[in-house]
Amino acid sequence: MASAAPVSRTASLLRDLRYLGVFTAKRVIALLLTVLVGVYLTILIANMGGQVDELRMAQIQGEVAEQVRGDPAFQDLDSEEREELMQRQIDLEVERLRLDEPFILRSFDYLRAAMTLDLGRAEQMHSDAGSRQVYNIIVERLPATLLLFGTANLLVFFVSVFAALSLSRRYGSRLDQSVIGLAPTSAAPAWFYGIFLILIFAFILPLLPSGGMVSVPPPEDPWAYAASVIRHMALPLAAMFIAQIFISIYSWRTFFLIHSSEDYVEMARAKGLPDALVEQRYILRPTLSPIVTSFLLMLIGLWSGAIILEQVFNWPGLGTLLFEAIGHRDTPVIIGSVVIFAYLLAVTVFLLDFLYAILDPRVRIDGGQR
Amino acid sequence: MTRWRDGLAQIRRYPSAVVGLLIIALLLATAIYAVTAIPYSEAQKLWRGGDAWQELPVNASPVWTDRIRGGEAPRTITASSDEVAVEREDLGAARLETTTLEVDFPYGDFPSEINLFLEAEFEQRQPFTRVHWRRPDGQEIPIEARRVGERERFSISQDRQLESRLGFAPQIGLLTDAEPGTAEPDVLQGTYQLVIETVHFEEDARLHADLVVYGQVHGAFGTDHQRRDLAVALLWGTPVALAFGLLAAVGTTVTTLIIAATGVWYGGWVDAVIQRLTEVNIILPLLPILVMIGTLYSTSIWLMLGVVVVLGIFSAGIKMYRSMLLPIRQAPYIEAARAYGASGGRIILRYMVPRILPVLIPTFVTLIPTYVFLEASLAVLGLGDPVLPTWGKVLHDAQAQSALYHGFYYWVVSPAALLMLTGLGFAMLGFALDRIFNPRLRSL
Repeated sequence: MASAAPVSRTASLLRDLRYLGVFTAKRVIALLLTVLVGVYLTILIANMGGQVDELRMAQIQGEVAEQVRGDPAFQDLDSEEREELMQRQIDLEVERLRLDEPFILRSFDYLRAAMTLDLGRAEQMHSDAGSRQVYNIIVERLPATLLLFGTANLLVFFVSVFAALSLSRRYGSRLDQSVIGLAPTSAAPAWFYGIFLILIFAFILPLLPSGGMVSVPPPEDPWAYAASVIRHMALPLAAMFIAQIFISIYSWRTFFLIHSSEDYVEMARAKGLPDALVEQRYILRPTLSPIVTSFLLMLIGLWSGAIILEQVFNWPGLGTLLFEAIGHRDTPVIIGSVVIFAYLLAVTVFLLDFLYAILDPRVRIDGGQR
Repeated sequence: MTRWRDGLAQIRRYPSAVVGLLIIALLLATAIYAVTAIPYSEAQKLWRGGDAWQELPVNASPVWTDRIRGGEAPRTITASSDEVAVEREDLGAARLETTTLEVDFPYGDFPSEINLFLEAEFEQRQPFTRVHWRRPDGQEIPIEARRVGERERFSISQDRQLESRLGFAPQIGLLTDAEPGTAEPDVLQGTYQLVIETVHFEEDARLHADLVVYGQVHGAFGTDHQRRDLAVALLWGTPVALAFGLLAAVGTTVTTLIIAATGVWYGGWVDAVIQRLTEVNIILPLLPILVMIGTLYSTSIWLMLGVVVVLGIFSAGIKMYRSMLLPIRQAPYIEAARAYGASGGRIILRYMVPRILPVLIPTFVTLIPTYVFLEASLAVLGLGDPVLPTWGKVLHDAQAQSALYHGFYYWVVSPAALLMLTGLGFAMLGFALDRIFNPRLRSL
């Protein structure tokens, strides 16, 4: 196989790429449809009691009243005339937005707006830059969430895979036993450990800040800024790490143990190959796609855990935003966050599929006919 | 059946499973005790707060924290006019009644608050009351003189005038003989008296007085900012948490399994629909949707449970069960069942589902704490059940009142410890069961 002609190699690469393209296109379409259904369900749930309609009515009334009061041309109207004018404008607006039509028809309008991320105006909240657009409010918070959860997930993932590999090599040892013994501690979510970490490291021993993302006021110097962010990240990172690491090591260890008892691995060992080579080529390579799968599944699981952890640590990300939105009963922001979360999950699922396609030769060979 | 019995017999070989079972038994016993000792309606009423708790101190630590620190902190002492004799003196048109409430104060620290609750019975004219405080060393301190309405509360410890006269906050100044301005005054231990002189202007007028000298510690779990005894919430949180976790876990796993089996059995478009629905459901973010429903509709714990179960039906688990069920579909015993004319429903429920139930049991047990924590998570977000006391709501109150910042550690630690105990109990049992019921893991 290694001696295959270069021509056929290029051809097979092209074929692989073509299949990958077809597969990717198929998955993107399928996922877009999935998001469509998911977002539509969200709209249906949100509107179940006519909530969205009431909300829009209130918004229209507010906007019209503001407009009429602010316009100097209408300053000298008496209150009755002004009422009438306002009512007329509201009716016009209602007709324009087709609020007088049945919900089923309009729900598709909402769907289009949500799919194109036109998430409407917030009722009370605004972004730090002052925008009232839900989209801007959410996008402003996204980097903070990605920073914290990206770091935590990568850390947990790599540490647990490598720890599990080394544990599976000497399973039954004292260390192995204690990690298994600690696995049940992962029953508690990260925010739960967060509370204790704050208690210990922020209040009993005041070493680290108890919340926030940078110190106030934020340092001017970029290095000092980064250092401050790292100091603030330490506790939430530790909380997520503690909550995830043992169960993660446990499941990887079991996984590697099962796979390292396969016949072909025994064979490789019997041939006298060095341990490192056996691990890389005979254990890690064939198990790569399930490893990636579970990494991304873990990401999906962590998105929701993020909400409360952020709130506990006052981390200015999506979770805190959602929490604030609950506090303000700001429905457009809440619905907008659900839509954004749905998109994030869909992107995660897509990445999963895509990596799978690259890693799993079967997908390449049958061109995505899974 | 023998497989089950074997499995249960094996549990004894795993110490962690035994510990887990013990914890679960303990929690179950607590739950049963809570439900029988405090009925559902009573628990709701108590947790609403109000008058029921007016004789408890605000934010008092549990008694055991004081034991650790040396036992100096005062307990709450009450004295009621029902228990003492009243001296009466006729003044012609009016009548003077003198009530002396006695309080024995043996503690090394000052009380957190002092309140006097007065209830007067009269027709037209309000009785007039003069109150003074007599220290063990005989010194008298006038406190207040005024008319009394039907129900009144003298917050003696918040009387600014008294404070400026004493030179200390009243709850300190009334219980010390130190000079005003002393940095760390000592408690004067002994028997204090509160003398209430009342002038009644009517024949049938009566005055009822309760003196409460609030302590700094209370009960086994302390109290919160609304004077509510945390024991109620912690006790009642147990059945709520267990019921929520158990129902959600049963609801999601069983329905998921049956649906996976249906898809596998009928195949074709049924399977395709189930697969697509699962894919849609995977991208629906559970917690944000729960938050949305909690904000827009109701935060009732039963509604939340329903939503969790409904969203959990088409969960990622379906894919896993499907892969387990696919080979079973071809098994000879299913063919035999088909040959004797078993219906689709019968094959799914009697032949396919029971076959993989053992695999499900560990998952099911480890799922319970996930849902217990989910309920707590919602409560911490402020979307807890509006009337029921739960552990999560205690944590939420503590967070909202910055309990850690103010040093009320007990407020956070006890609900958190209970949550952790529940999580550990079920997880330990679940992990051991996993090894027992999944033979592939047993050799490891």
